[in-house]
Amino acid sequence: MKRVQFEHSPIPYLFVAPQIIIIVVFFLWPAGQAIYQSFLLEDAFGLSSQFVWFKNYKDTVLNDAWLQSAGFTLFFSAIVTFLSLALALLLAVKANEVIHGASTYKTMLMWAYAIAPPVAGLMGNLMFNPLIGDMYQFMNATGMDFDHKLDGFDAGFVVILISVWKQVSVNFIFFLSGLQGIPKSVIEASTLDCKSSFRRFWTITFPLLAPTTFFLMVINITYAFFETFGIIDTTTQGAPGGATTTLVYKVFQDGFRGADLGGSSAQSVVLMLMVLALTVIQFRFIERKVHY
Amino acid sequence: MKLGNLLRTAVFGAAMVMPTTLLAQTEIQWWHAMGGRLGEVVEEISAKYNASQSDYVLVPTYKGGYEDTMTAGIAAFRAKQQPNLIQIFDAGAATIINAKGATIPVAQLMADYGGGFNVEDYIPGVRGFYADSDGQMIGMPFNSSTPLLYWNKDAFVEAGVDGPPASWEDFEAMAPKFAAAGYQALAQSHSPWIFSENFMSRHNLQMATGNNGFDSTDVKILYNNDELKMHWSKVKEWLDKGWYGFYGRGWGDNQDAFVQKKVAMWLGSSGSFGGLSKSAEFEFGAAYLPYWKSIIDEPKGTFIGGAALFAMSGKSDAENKGVADFLAFLTGPEMQYFWHKETGYVPITNAAYDLAKSDGYYGTTPDAEIGILQLNQPGGEWTKGYRLGYYVQIREVMYSNYEDIFSGKASVDDAFAAIEKDSNVLLQRFADTYK
Repeated sequence: MKRVQFEHSPIPYLFVAPQIIIIVVFFLWPAGQAIYQSFLLEDAFGLSSQFVWFKNYKDTVLNDAWLQSAGFTLFFSAIVTFLSLALALLLAVKANEVIHGASTYKTMLMWAYAIAPPVAGLMGNLMFNPLIGDMYQFMNATGMDFDHKLDGFDAGFVVILISVWKQVSVNFIFFLSGLQGIPKSVIEASTLDCKSSFRRFWTITFPLLAPTTFFLMVINITYAFFETFGIIDTTTQGAPGGATTTLVYKVFQDGFRGADLGGSSAQSVVLMLMVLALTVIQFRFIERKVHY
Repeated sequence: MKLGNLLRTAVFGAAMVMPTTLLAQTEIQWWHAMGGRLGEVVEEISAKYNASQSDYVLVPTYKGGYEDTMTAGIAAFRAKQQPNLIQIFDAGAATIINAKGATIPVAQLMADYGGGFNVEDYIPGVRGFYADSDGQMIGMPFNSSTPLLYWNKDAFVEAGVDGPPASWEDFEAMAPKFAAAGYQALAQSHSPWIFSENFMSRHNLQMATGNNGFDSTDVKILYNNDELKMHWSKVKEWLDKGWYGFYGRGWGDNQDAFVQKKVAMWLGSSGSFGGLSKSAEFEFGAAYLPYWKSIIDEPKGTFIGGAALFAMSGKSDAENKGVADFLAFLTGPEMQYFWHKETGYVPITNAAYDLAKSDGYYGTTPDAEIGILQLNQPGGEWTKGYRLGYYVQIREVMYSNYEDIFSGKASVDDAFAAIEKDSNVLLQRFADTYK
């Protein structure tokens, strides 16, 4: 047997280099630093430092506050992902059917995409302000005893509402383009075969949208885990009683507010592993069901 | 076109910087956490300082809130890019003071570079908080405030109440009248600071072992005591009766409730005086922080909150000299009086206090003196403050548990047991870290 040796040109490496450099500088290096830091007890100013193995993990992970935060994060992420996807899909399907003034509808629905999470949070915070907030007045006028400053459930409602509202428009854009990518001929053929538009949607349209849905699900889970930070920081700040503290917010509180670098690093390493595991599960089990 | 603009800006920028470099002025970087009106006053102070001399250029930079400023300072120090002077708040004091070598104690800095330092020049209430256990001042108290009670005079007339309560017993007697007049009687803006830390000081109760943490980092918290639990049981009772308004843990939200006449009395900071004078559309007065007669006959003074300026280490002699020069300027009577008048923060030196008195400021604005009078009330064994590590997180624990008390999720006993347990874990971590 004779081995075939191909001449390698360095040019492909050159083309991927920018991407590789970005990953190394903005992910691998800081992630490595976090792992290293998570094994250290170090004063905030870096003047003294001891290697302590897993002490930081033992102290800050799996205690009551962390478990409460992890529970909320999972619940919050599941709800936010599901609602943002479901609402966006509904809106996209309906907007896709509109003929008159279609672009106006679409533009209005995409609008919120331009809003950064902290800005959405600030707006929500004003709307739910106990003194001047219209939403706060409205919720109480409907007979509910609504008080998101003290009730953990109500506070969760506020952050979920704002997070979903902010994310729906992003999903809407993707779903709409996904819908428009479905060949007309397939839709027409199915219309001839089946009268029920409901059934046509679930048997023809939805499976054809699966790649988009899967992509959006991964994006939305990441959004709910990480990007909602800005919304939580500008609305509840984790209150009341830690009821709306996501894991990312807790990392921020301990590390950036409290100057506990080791504890905060340990938590962020655990968070990184959790998201990694979640992503692997998604690609391994859910992506199999997706037909491209 | 764009590039042309950029070039022009660069050339222009260079031209702006040139004269300073040519004159060889030493630049002093000052990172602070004073936003809004307070930030403007900081800019004015800096401008006054820069106009007063030609050796140094003071450059103040707003770095966000207290925590943001501390985090920025820490990150900068680790990258060896620290500013000369940084403002660190009360709860972060333990972090910077226990990091041995991060700062130059201001007492030493002033003695070495600034023509001497005498602790007796400072009013008694501010000497201890940012000092080490030997009484050497590490940080220079800057915006020093203390919790006060503000009362809406119109609301008091409407409710038929004569004046502010001296004690919480008085408060309980007058609260139903406010309820009848359509007011919540009370709100406050900082549960840990006002209803815990200064509660301990006012009633002369020990807050932590190891001399409130001044002597050691290996300490235990003493919040789980009957007096504080009694107070919080009462606050919860007031909330349920509609006497107490809770508008979240945000400072401004509770202050707004007072400004918008929802509540008749509000516990805030002596430093709120300037802001309230501008925003409140009614006559208000300031009064001492109430106390429980059932706990103490004569209340003790409170201690300062707010923040101090720390001189960071690793700087050249010339720059350190400039920092000392500026601190001498800042603590001079005129500048302290200016700061006091503009913001409501207390003057930190006796000379400045005397100047305010002789100028007749308290004759026209007697309420502005309440803060300093309260700080100068007789002190006790436990009125000089605290030095506790990871106190930012401990405050977070307190906030959480107080919210659980309010919402009924936890009993007062359970909440304080949780505060004790979680705080001690944090203190232990701090002691392990800052050996």
